[in-house]
Formats: sequence, structure tokens, C-alpha cells
Amino acid sequence: MLVSKDLTFTYDNSKVFHFPNITLEKGEHLLVLGESGIGKTTLIQLLAGLLTAHSGELLINGTDITTLNSSQLDRFRGKHVGMVFQKPYFVRNISVLENLLLSLYLSKNKQDEKKALHLLEQIGLADKKNHQPNQLSQGEQQRMSIALAVLKNPDLILADEPTSSLDDTNCYKIAQLLEEQAQSTNAQLIIITHDSRLKTHFNNSITL
Amino acid sequence: MNIKSLSWRNLLSSPLNTTLSILLMTLGIGMISLILLINTEVNQQVERNLKGIDMVVGAKGSPLQLILSSVYHIDNPTGNIPLKEAKKIEKNPLVASSIPISLGDSYNGFRIVGTNLDYLDLYDVKLKSGRFWKQSLEVVLGHTVAEANDLNIGDTFHGSHGLIEGGAIHDEFDYKVVGILTESQSVVDQLILTTTNSIWKVHYHGSESSGDHHHHHDENCTHDHSEAAEITALLVKFKSPIGLMQLPRQINEKTQLQAALPAFEISRLMNLMGFGMQAMNLIAVIIMIVSGLSIFISLYNALKRRKYELAFLRVYGASKKQLTQLIMQEGVLLAFLGTMLGLLSSRLILIGLSFFGGQNTMIKKIQLHPTAEELWLAVLGLTIGVMASLIPTIQAYKMNIPKTLSNA
Repeated sequence: MLVSKDLTFTYDNSKVFHFPNITLEKGEHLLVLGESGIGKTTLIQLLAGLLTAHSGELLINGTDITTLNSSQLDRFRGKHVGMVFQKPYFVRNISVLENLLLSLYLSKNKQDEKKALHLLEQIGLADKKNHQPNQLSQGEQQRMSIALAVLKNPDLILADEPTSSLDDTNCYKIAQLLEEQAQSTNAQLIIITHDSRLKTHFNNSITL
Repeated sequence: MNIKSLSWRNLLSSPLNTTLSILLMTLGIGMISLILLINTEVNQQVERNLKGIDMVVGAKGSPLQLILSSVYHIDNPTGNIPLKEAKKIEKNPLVASSIPISLGDSYNGFRIVGTNLDYLDLYDVKLKSGRFWKQSLEVVLGHTVAEANDLNIGDTFHGSHGLIEGGAIHDEFDYKVVGILTESQSVVDQLILTTTNSIWKVHYHGSESSGDHHHHHDENCTHDHSEAAEITALLVKFKSPIGLMQLPRQINEKTQLQAALPAFEISRLMNLMGFGMQAMNLIAVIIMIVSGLSIFISLYNALKRRKYELAFLRVYGASKKQLTQLIMQEGVLLAFLGTMLGLLSSRLILIGLSFFGGQNTMIKKIQLHPTAEELWLAVLGLTIGVMASLIPTIQAYKMNIPKTLSNA
């Protein structure tokens, strides 16, 4: 369960972001819509524990992550949070499969190759497992970044503009994949976007 | 997949940068290591061969040449001196003992040295097999000579004129091997030893074989007190330091002979060589610093290129410590590989030198395990690696993850 309460954040005290309260049960999905500059990325980085809130509470599975120190946050994020970005990031010098194994290593999970291969199968990248990430197409890269986010079975999947740079077909596929993967691990899914195409796909949404 | 293998993969993914950094480190470490090894070996050789010789008396010429030719057997002699004059020095009350040396011939590049058995005591060399010479033309072989030429007791060979290979063969005389010496790690290993009489016999017969002189010289050989008999040099040990003060000057000023002090000449030579070695050391240190720079530049550039990748690792749960480890490992690994290759290559070069240089090189035993100085050298190499990685590592540690991700 995720509960955020009276979260505020400021970069330089001149402008303070106030965020609406969010309550999300296990397995629930939420679409957060908003224009550019309204604090969407800030919110997702707060939820991921990359930024620490100025005030307010943020409970994820009963842990108030605003009280954790930076190395505790690293561990918490590694174990519980999977992130998908608008522009996918990978370690470019190792293969697709090795990227997946590395994400398991970093989140202190067992490096289960079978599990990783199974997931690649599901998202249709099994034949690309030994490719370097930059040999993949953009759609494939985005699918792979979802695989990286969900492989460790996180409690919370955060997606920051996952579809903005994709065409309609891929946009729909990615949204579908995110939803499926979140459902299969019963994770909470929060997608933050200005891409209104997604509104038709997710019914639970708020606007910043 | 873990942080260590990721460091490796990053290095392998930029083979040119990696090779350059390693190569530079190899060069620097290899040069210094080579200098250290040669220096140690040469110093040991110099000291081992010098023991018990306070003064060398020979023909006039370069004192260093006299020492090199008659003590180290690496240069040509300055000429010969009359035996009569040498005998006078022998009888001087300041002289404790003296050993005659006669040079002139060689066999396959190994020098045939006419001397007496005191020469073997000087270097404390024992017989491995056979016996010492009893008459002229009987020889005792140094360890290396016997091995290199596959000579055994009872074998005979012809000496050739001159100290290098290819001189005229004295084929009217057979040298006969009667003894083989144990290995001594000194110059004796490279010598063919015989009585002074052998040299006289071969030379006075070999070079002037016309009728009249023949008989005359034959006598010379058996009674070596002839007017014309010559030796190449006399190795002298003094009774007390007073000899060192007086005798060399006396000889140099009042006779046609030359007296040279090995300790003095060699330290002069070492000083000259020392300067060259210092210059080489300096160049090597500069190369090592450049290698450090090369490591720094490749890590720094990679860091800029991989900024998002590192942020991504952090998002996926990597701690700051793991990022530090990732960058530091790459730098240290480069330095480590360079250092190891450097230490290895200096040995390979030495092995090559002793292989191709043959018996003329002073390097005989190559030390394969690292010396204490080389351990320090390795520490220096690794320190350069750490220093070069320091700034990129700190940058990775201090990287602002949210900001990096937002700017993507």
C-alpha cells in the first residue's frame, strides 16, 4: 500500500510544489497527468526516493521513506521500486540478458537466468538476449526497460513518460505491457505523463 | 554479472584506450625494472670479480681498459709486459701476492687464459671433475665454457688467435681438457684456464716457426725465465694499504708499465653509467606519469559518456560505494595489468639479451622473482592507478542522480 500525505518539495525555496494526496492499494494502477513544468518528474523522483520531500509523509508498505538516509534509500529503491523512463537507460557494454542479471544483482536478488529469459520471452525479446542494448529499436528498448523494472518483482512500478516518444501502436503496446506486468506481480503502478493517449487505457487518474 | 565483471567489460569495450594505458604503464615499469635488474646483476658481478685484486699491472694505455681486459675479460688487453718487469713487482715487499695473466687466444669466443693455480683460489673455484693442469697445453674449463661447447675431459681443441671468434687457428697445437670447474657465478665460468707456458708455447711456435728461432723458443717454453717472455697483466694484492699509497705511483712514474686500481676505475665507470641510468629512470618515471594521465583521461571521458548509465545503476539499487568501486577498479586494473606486464617484459628482455648476447654479456643469472625494489615499483604503479582514478571516482560518488535523470 502506498500513502502520500501533504507532500511538498522545493528546489530553491522560491517555488514550492504541493502534491495531491495519493492512496494506492496493492495491485492498483494510477495515471498522473499534468503539463510540463508542473512537477511531474519531481513527484516521481520523490516516490522513488531519489529526492527527499521538504515536508509531508510518504509511506510505502508501511515504511515512511522520507525518514530514510541515502544508503537506506538506495537499498529500499533497489528492492521495492522499479522505474521506467521516457528515454530508456542501459549499461551499453553488456548484453540485454546481462543487463537484466545486473539489475537482479544490484537489487540483491538471486541472478536467476531462467527467470530473466522467461521475461524476455514474454516481451518478445528472447532472440535479442545477446544483443547490445543500442542494437535494439526504440520500441524494443522501451520494452526492455520495462523488463528491467519488473524483473525483480518490485512492490511499486514508476513510469515517467514511458510512451511520449513512441508512435500510437507502440504507445498502446507499452501501456498494455506495463499493465500486464504490474498485474502479474501484483505491484502498484504509477504512470506519470502528459500523453493524453493513455487516458483511454487507465481509468484511475488524477491531474496535477 | 557484478560490479567487478562490469569493470572488465567496460575496459574491454574500449580496447584502444585500454591498450594505450596498459602499454604506457608497461613501458614505464618495464624500463625501471630493467634498470634495477641490470644494476643489481652488474654490481654483484663487479664485486664478485673484483675480490682480492687491489691493483692490476699491465702495458701502458687506458687504465679502465686494463681492468676490463684482465679482471672482467670483456675488453682487449692494452698490450703485453716483460715477465722480467713483472717479477720485480712480485718481489716488492709491499706485495702480498700476485697472479700472472696471459691473454691472446680464444676458442669459440671464450678466452684462453694463461695463469697459475692461485687464480682459481682467488675466486674460490673448485674442480667439478678431472684434475688441474700439470703441463703446458692442458686446460681446465669454466662451467659455461664446458656446457656451451659440449667439451668433456679428454677432448682436444685448437685455439684461435685473438679474443673474438674467427681468428687464425693455431692448428699445430692441441689443447687437451683435463678438468672442469664448478659454477662460480664469476668471470671464471667463461674462461679456459691453462698454465702460462701453454700461451708461450703456442705463440712462440705458432707465429715464428722458422728454423733458427725454433730451438731457441722451445727452450723459452720450458724455462720461462727468458729475456723475451711476456705476460699480459699481473693481478696484485697488497700487504697493507701502504702499498695502495705507494706502489701505483712508483710503477706509473718510474717504469714502462701501468698500474691501475680496479676499485677506483670501476667506481669511475659506475659513476658514468649511473648518470645514464638516472636519465633513463627519469624518462621511465615520466612515462609512468603519462600512463597515469592516460588512465585518468580515459576514465574521465568514459564517465562523461556514461553519466546516465551510472545514474541508471543508482536507480536500480547500486550504492554510492558500488559506483566508487566500479570506477576505481577500472583504473587500478589498468595500472595492475601494466605493472605486471612491465615486470614480466623486463625479464623477457633480459632473457633475450643473455640469449643473443652470448658469453660477452655480464648478465648470467636472471632473477625471476621480484626484488624488494620491484615491490616498491609495483606499489608506485598501483598508486599512480589510484591517483588517476581518484577524480573520476569522486565525481561518480558525488553525482546528483535526480538532476542527471531530469536532464536526460
